[in-house]
Amino acid sequence: MALQIVERCVNCHACQMVCPTGAIRKGDDEPHFRILQDTCTECVGSYDQPQCSSICPVECAIVDATGTPVHPLGSLTGLPPEKALLV
Amino acid sequence: MLELQVLGDKDDVLQPKAGCSAGSCGSNDDQMAHLPEHVRERIYNHPCYSEKAHHHFARMHVAVAPACNIQCNFCNRKYDCANESRPGVVSELLTPHQAVKKTLAVAANIPQMSVLGIAGPGDPLANPNRTFSTFRMLSEQAPDIKLCVSTNGLALPDWTDELAKHNIDHVTITINCVDPEVGTKIYPWIFWDNRRIRGIEASRILIERQQRGLEMLVERDILVKVNSVMLPGINDHHLAEVSKIVKAKGAFLHNVMPVISEPEHGTYFGLMGQRGPTPEELQTLQDRCSGDMNMMRHCRQCRADAVGLLGEDRGEEFTMEKIEAMEIDYAAAMEKRKRVHAAIAETLNAGAKKSATRDSATGPEGHAADRSSGAESIVPESSRSVLMAVATKGGGLVNQHFGHAREFLVYEASPTGVRFIGHRKVDLYCAGDSSCGEGESTLEQTIETLRGCEAVLCAKIGFEPWDALERAGIRPNSEQALVNIEDAVGRFYLDMHKLGHLAVSDPTPANQAIA
Repeated sequence: MALQIVERCVNCHACQMVCPTGAIRKGDDEPHFRILQDTCTECVGSYDQPQCSSICPVECAIVDATGTPVHPLGSLTGLPPEKALLV
Repeated sequence: MLELQVLGDKDDVLQPKAGCSAGSCGSNDDQMAHLPEHVRERIYNHPCYSEKAHHHFARMHVAVAPACNIQCNFCNRKYDCANESRPGVVSELLTPHQAVKKTLAVAANIPQMSVLGIAGPGDPLANPNRTFSTFRMLSEQAPDIKLCVSTNGLALPDWTDELAKHNIDHVTITINCVDPEVGTKIYPWIFWDNRRIRGIEASRILIERQQRGLEMLVERDILVKVNSVMLPGINDHHLAEVSKIVKAKGAFLHNVMPVISEPEHGTYFGLMGQRGPTPEELQTLQDRCSGDMNMMRHCRQCRADAVGLLGEDRGEEFTMEKIEAMEIDYAAAMEKRKRVHAAIAETLNAGAKKSATRDSATGPEGHAADRSSGAESIVPESSRSVLMAVATKGGGLVNQHFGHAREFLVYEASPTGVRFIGHRKVDLYCAGDSSCGEGESTLEQTIETLRGCEAVLCAKIGFEPWDALERAGIRPNSEQALVNIEDAVGRFYLDMHKLGHLAVSDPTPANQAIA
């Protein structure tokens, strides 16, 4: 069970700082942060909510194991989805 | 006699009552005249805290703090852009070591540099390790550079002791409201206590933390400036109360800034059509707040990686790639800074003395406008006030070509003196041969931007813009090139009086009548 960071990530580092298991990394040649799938626990046992997706400011940047965005378009900004696409 | 509200304070105990008070004969002497000497000493060379200093001293921001712990509706976290100039935007994120290297390189090349700030692109205190390790290294390697930080305040109470320990003398808190109901329209969520919190609870927590942080800083004798983003229809009627409260708690300067909300920036407000205030609305609000508080009016809302004097950005000269190639003698650079700073301080002191002499020459009832000549120069109290735009490259002088100006400083001349009102940004009218074909529409925009001003003082101006300005009711003037700005504005005002242009029966500036 692990979350994944996808290409909408803007590399703001916030997730990395709050991850309790040190599962979030970014190599110099990588376009954005990624989550080590074997290390991520989705914060089970540490916090009620996964920390990375609780602080991530970008909609659709983090997806769950099924590939579904934890925060779909419009859910963080409050924008109508067609406008949220323009952010 | 009218009082210059911008001088601060209805609390007049600390300042002389005369119209030409405050040491510069009506010009408000940096809005700081009433502050205690030890505070003035701490801000005289800080361009973001002192209006006078911003003509002479340079600052830079290092972008070491990418993460944020709240969301504001005027912010878009895709901050990586070379062409935008607004807070929260940077071109390259730096590690603390890179930031130190960059700071030392800039301070060696721009000896006017006096201040290093960390302002983002996220929240510096949401990135405490990166922020404080930068400060730690800099206080060791460039002890003459002042350090400051700008924060949304959520994490502030946790870090006030650490800030005090690093000798960080200046902190800016962005406070857009003290009422959680207002906050719900500005902050969609915060990250707090390991959860994302939304709605009114989020605003309540943020406001409570900001206010507590402010109090804790004041207890530790750290100077606090409060920034507020003016949002017409959301907090414009609320900010006077904010001003009153933060002043009561000990903040010494309030900076009300217009929201930047162009749709192309992709912010919530930009996409939802939230408008920014007009220059007149902004000025009216700043004047309302000034009854309770020192107002900062020279803020340029710079990028989180800005470099140079306020109003200019030399960031492109100092990319990490270029810095790596520089050879720098750091010790010699620090010596040079010392000399340059001393020379600027002398200029500022000389200016203050000169105006003090003028004051004593005109006496407590003396009027402004012309400080050099005698009784014949007095502008009657009943005269109307006039706004003038000034083109300047810095140094406190009228010294820029009209066509080269990217912004104009706006001053108000009145019988009580000259005061700085704010700046207005314009597109470059004359950028050289290739773009001159578009000059005409740019000129029209510039003239529209200068609406309300009755004169433009500049070092030089071409025939074409001269004619266009005159037609719009704005008088161009290039006779005061290299004159001190406030002196130039005062003299022009006096000339207007002599020509009979200041009678109250003629309160409408010509360009407004035309528009």
